[in-house]
Amino acid sequence: MTSIDPSLSGRDETSAVEEAPAQRGTGIWVLGLAAAASWVGVAALIELWPEIIPQPYGRELAIISLVIALGLVIVAATGRLFGVAAITTRYYGPWFVAAAIVVGGWEIVTAKAGLLPVPFFSSPQSILEVFFDDWGRLGISVWYSVLLLAKGYFFGAAAGFVTGVTIGWSRAASYWVHPLLRLIGPLPATAWLPLAFFIFPTSGSASVFLIALATAFPMTILTWSGIASVNRDYYDIARTLGAKPSFLILKVAIPAALPHVFVGLFMGLGTSFAVLVVAEMLGVKAGLGWYLQWAQGWAAYANMYAALLVMALMCSSLITILFRVRDWTLSWQKGLVRW
Amino acid sequence: MVALATNTGVASAAAGQKIDIQSVFHQFELEGEPLPVLDGIDFSVEPGSFVALLGPSGCGKSTLLRLLAGLDHPTKGDLKVDGENVGDPDPSRIMVFQDPTLFPWRTVWDNVSLGLEARGILKKSRQRVDDAIQLVGLDGFDKAYPHQLSGGMAQRVALARALVNEPRLLLLDEPLGKLDSLTRLTMQTELVGLWQRAGLTAVLVTHDVEEALFLTQRVLIFGPRPARIVADLKVDLPYPRHRGDPRLAELRREALGHLGLAATW
Repeated sequence: MTSIDPSLSGRDETSAVEEAPAQRGTGIWVLGLAAAASWVGVAALIELWPEIIPQPYGRELAIISLVIALGLVIVAATGRLFGVAAITTRYYGPWFVAAAIVVGGWEIVTAKAGLLPVPFFSSPQSILEVFFDDWGRLGISVWYSVLLLAKGYFFGAAAGFVTGVTIGWSRAASYWVHPLLRLIGPLPATAWLPLAFFIFPTSGSASVFLIALATAFPMTILTWSGIASVNRDYYDIARTLGAKPSFLILKVAIPAALPHVFVGLFMGLGTSFAVLVVAEMLGVKAGLGWYLQWAQGWAAYANMYAALLVMALMCSSLITILFRVRDWTLSWQKGLVRW
Repeated sequence: MVALATNTGVASAAAGQKIDIQSVFHQFELEGEPLPVLDGIDFSVEPGSFVALLGPSGCGKSTLLRLLAGLDHPTKGDLKVDGENVGDPDPSRIMVFQDPTLFPWRTVWDNVSLGLEARGILKKSRQRVDDAIQLVGLDGFDKAYPHQLSGGMAQRVALARALVNEPRLLLLDEPLGKLDSLTRLTMQTELVGLWQRAGLTAVLVTHDVEEALFLTQRVLIFGPRPARIVADLKVDLPYPRHRGDPRLAELRREALGHLGLAATW
């Protein structure tokens, strides 16, 4: 009775990594050497097989491949010397092999054998070229995208949260807001786009509004369902202990609803990405959406692939950040819910 | 088990409340039909005593407890605590439920301090939280989260959360109902100890005959719903009691008789 549940101890985030099929870090890592060899193979392929259409930055790509191979050899030889980095690399060993095969294959069908239609499919080195030569414009586009997204997402999440709590708490608010929500909520935020660009003074503020709208709907619904599903006993307990309504909302209902609120934040972030790109393509003259549009105008296909890659990294980083915030905020859930 | 020897003074300043219940009727609405739950309940409880409400499950005894807490209001009749009608919930009357219902996002310390925080007096009385945690024998678990506690520990936290408010009436709604039988026996002894030291009035709802007789001074036996009091047994045994006491066995037989279970003796 005095012991903490033993099944809960010794569980942490690294455990999933350690249970992985990859070897546990003793002795030479054979798979790692194989992965290194495959990356050396990629470098050799780039250097030795003449290109159908000569392209710059082939040498650089070969060097990067060799650096990856070198890193893998070091990890294979040093065991767990580099701690978490080594463990993570070992976990993703099969992925390193797969990635080498994909890059090698891609290299063959584009630059080397020219099997794919030429302007539409870019070779790996031509995308690398964009990163080397156009990083300034790409960087500023990322910055503008993040800025716009942050503004819209913040207002949308805040509005959705407040609305969700209000209709979850007050019957009267629910009576009036619920039908509106049912009618307008499922409408894609992009449908407002033509109207918003007329009503708002700048395309920037219109975009902020649209992103906020897209974020607010899932946020409202999930906050609301979170508040509505709070165990009624929590209120009884708090009331017998002398809690006033403000305490019941701020210290009971909202903390209890937080797991749902985070689901709303995730869904809102997902929909806000879609609106962000559309708004940038059609209205705002900045950001990654605009970059895509601009590159298309110049038929700069490599730039489009590069921008897509950057966009994927940006979105997945933002999702990861939100995951971290949730894990930290809901640390009390550990053991209650596994993810 | 640890805490029984220490008297930290939590709640000892409070004296128990007197309860007067006069012809209380109560009914629920169930799909438009009235469902009578309490059918003319009359009894009084002396300040500082320990009383059990015993009856079959679903007979309405928990409803009576909710009325005493002020969480619901009777359809008819008077419930008086210290001569005044029971209004809204008040921290002088605290309920402990069958489920500990700890707030999972709060640590043990923050759960226990809940009442003080709700009333805005936490800053002045942090020591009382520490004392209450010590009183139920959970020192060192301040920073643990509810999911890290066993069922018995969680129920002690719920007790500490009640006691920290220095209640004068403790309403116990089958507080040991979900514990394993060994933990349950230990916690029964602890409950008696807590009641004796705190000097408060305690009302225990249970459907465990042995528990009612072992813990309390008086057992009110309820019939099936709509509930009426069918017997009022005085448990004239000093504490500490012994489970093998022949007098307890006698009383147990009598109680089972009132519950219509005499044939099982």
